[in-house]
Amino acid sequence: MASYILRRILATIPVVAFVMLFVFSLLYITPGDPAAILAGDQATQAEIEAIRTDLGLDRSFPVRFLEWSTGVLQGDFGTSIFTQLPVSTMIAQRVEPTLSLMVVTMVIAIAIAVPLGVLAAWKHGQFVDRAIMLFAVLGFSVPVFVIGYVLAWTLALKLGWLPVQGYTPFSEGPWPWLRSLLLPAFTLATFYIAIIARITRATMLEILQQDYIRTARGKGVSETSVLFVHALRNASVPIVTVVGIGIALVISGAVVIESVFALPGLGRLIVDSILRRDYPVIQAVILIFSFVYVLINLLIDLSYTVIDPRIRY
Amino acid sequence: MTDFPDDPHKFAAAKPMPAILAVPPQRSALLRSIRRHPTMWLGGILLGAVVLMAVFAPLIANQDPAALNPAQRVRPPSAEALFGTDMLGRDIFSRCVYGARVSLIVGLGVALLASAVGMVIGLVAGFTRWADGIIMRVMDGMMSIPAILLAIALMTLMRGGSIFNVILAITLAEIPRVARLTRSAVLSVRELAYVEAAVACGTSRLGIIRQHILPNTLAPITVQATYICASAMITEAILSFIGAGLPTSIPSWGNIMAEGRALWQVKPNIVFFPAIFLSLTVLAVNLLGDGLRDAVDPRLAKRV
Repeated sequence: MASYILRRILATIPVVAFVMLFVFSLLYITPGDPAAILAGDQATQAEIEAIRTDLGLDRSFPVRFLEWSTGVLQGDFGTSIFTQLPVSTMIAQRVEPTLSLMVVTMVIAIAIAVPLGVLAAWKHGQFVDRAIMLFAVLGFSVPVFVIGYVLAWTLALKLGWLPVQGYTPFSEGPWPWLRSLLLPAFTLATFYIAIIARITRATMLEILQQDYIRTARGKGVSETSVLFVHALRNASVPIVTVVGIGIALVISGAVVIESVFALPGLGRLIVDSILRRDYPVIQAVILIFSFVYVLINLLIDLSYTVIDPRIRY
Repeated sequence: MTDFPDDPHKFAAAKPMPAILAVPPQRSALLRSIRRHPTMWLGGILLGAVVLMAVFAPLIANQDPAALNPAQRVRPPSAEALFGTDMLGRDIFSRCVYGARVSLIVGLGVALLASAVGMVIGLVAGFTRWADGIIMRVMDGMMSIPAILLAIALMTLMRGGSIFNVILAITLAEIPRVARLTRSAVLSVRELAYVEAAVACGTSRLGIIRQHILPNTLAPITVQATYICASAMITEAILSFIGAGLPTSIPSWGNIMAEGRALWQVKPNIVFFPAIFLSLTVLAVNLLGDGLRDAVDPRLAKRV
């Protein structure tokens, strides 16, 4: 068990290393010379050369990669071309909205999707099931920013139930914070609900045909207990897996939805940085999102042994 | 538990009986197909309409989608500008009609390219044991960067949005998924008795791939390709929406929406019309994909 955990953690090292190599290569072959940009328009060739030597840009690819990655692992992502601030400072200012958005989204999605999937499997083939599956297909097909505009238009602009745009920090109280996040989080959650509900339904359908479910029903266990204790517990591994895979979609969605709802998070930062061609910031945000994704999936892999004690490595 | 939806006998019984009775065979086959896969037909018809719109865009669009008309800025929908005009006075209806071309080309291009390249990579990984580990680690690494971020990175790298660059960026992000699917299909077929028999008979490796492996992987990959097509359309729209995709000189549903972003609270028509086109097109492709999946593997139809 301990050796499995160790091996699984070690297995993420090549993945992380690949991601870093990939992102660094982008920085390396990006058009435009950072030294020339820093030196400004009036600089002579000699001045540019001096800055290049100063920054260490004249050294070879492996040397620069090693130096850059030790920096990254210590939280040093370089300096923004646009603001001249350390990238890590800019990112630290933007983490809270994005993190809040992701957490609220996940809570909403799981709380809605799992019961829906169980219900659809239980009422298999009936109207409720068809309605839920239709919703799932729609959730797949309508792009997240479209859902965002539709919900913002109806719930916020026309009905005035929720703030249209903007973010209230947690320090100003949990309720205003949650109110500012409900709309974007629910928007992001629709897609997530669709995939989690589909997997929950599919797994539950298979499990509800097992002998032990018939046994449980035969000995008079209540239907709620059969569904949520006997069946759902056994369906949890695929559900947890898809929750982990879906994080990638939440991240992708966050990049767009922060622009729609004017949330000052990492997604907004990367969109602004694209327009400013601020490559160090773009790369740092991509790296951080990828690290988060890898980390969450590592945790999910490790959680299997807790969820299902039959799993032994 | 009274019904067993996965019971193979039930499925066999539902198969049409030989048409001995004198019913016009072709017509009944069509009707039966529509009745059995109504959503697939709905998707097909919707998608057909979008394809026609894209092909005949110059005939349908009543104005030049790129024509600027500063005197007619941000007009509400009217008789001559059906969906209104944007901030530069361009006709949104005509732009939406032309936008279908971008979406379809990107969707189809990415689906074909990603499937082809991903299949080759998957076949190589599934067949050469020493390369398998390396290839799959690289694929894992690529998959651990969320697709949209990978596409953003590649778009900023390639500088300048042409349709080709957009297709390339999204394709690279989609390849690992196809490669994984192909590899797992290869691995599941590779050890089967009939493949072993073919090896024992001295069939060459290429022959085995062509005769035994490809037919078994083609069906799941075709289904996967439709989903890739749908997701590529969404990714293109997102890229153009956030300003990393196509410039507004090439109308795409994503960049039409981007134009309306600042004004959406007062002029929602700029955002909502392209959004409807995009959503319906993606829905059509997804419905088609679901139908295709059911046709390829009827067992899945009952479950997922």
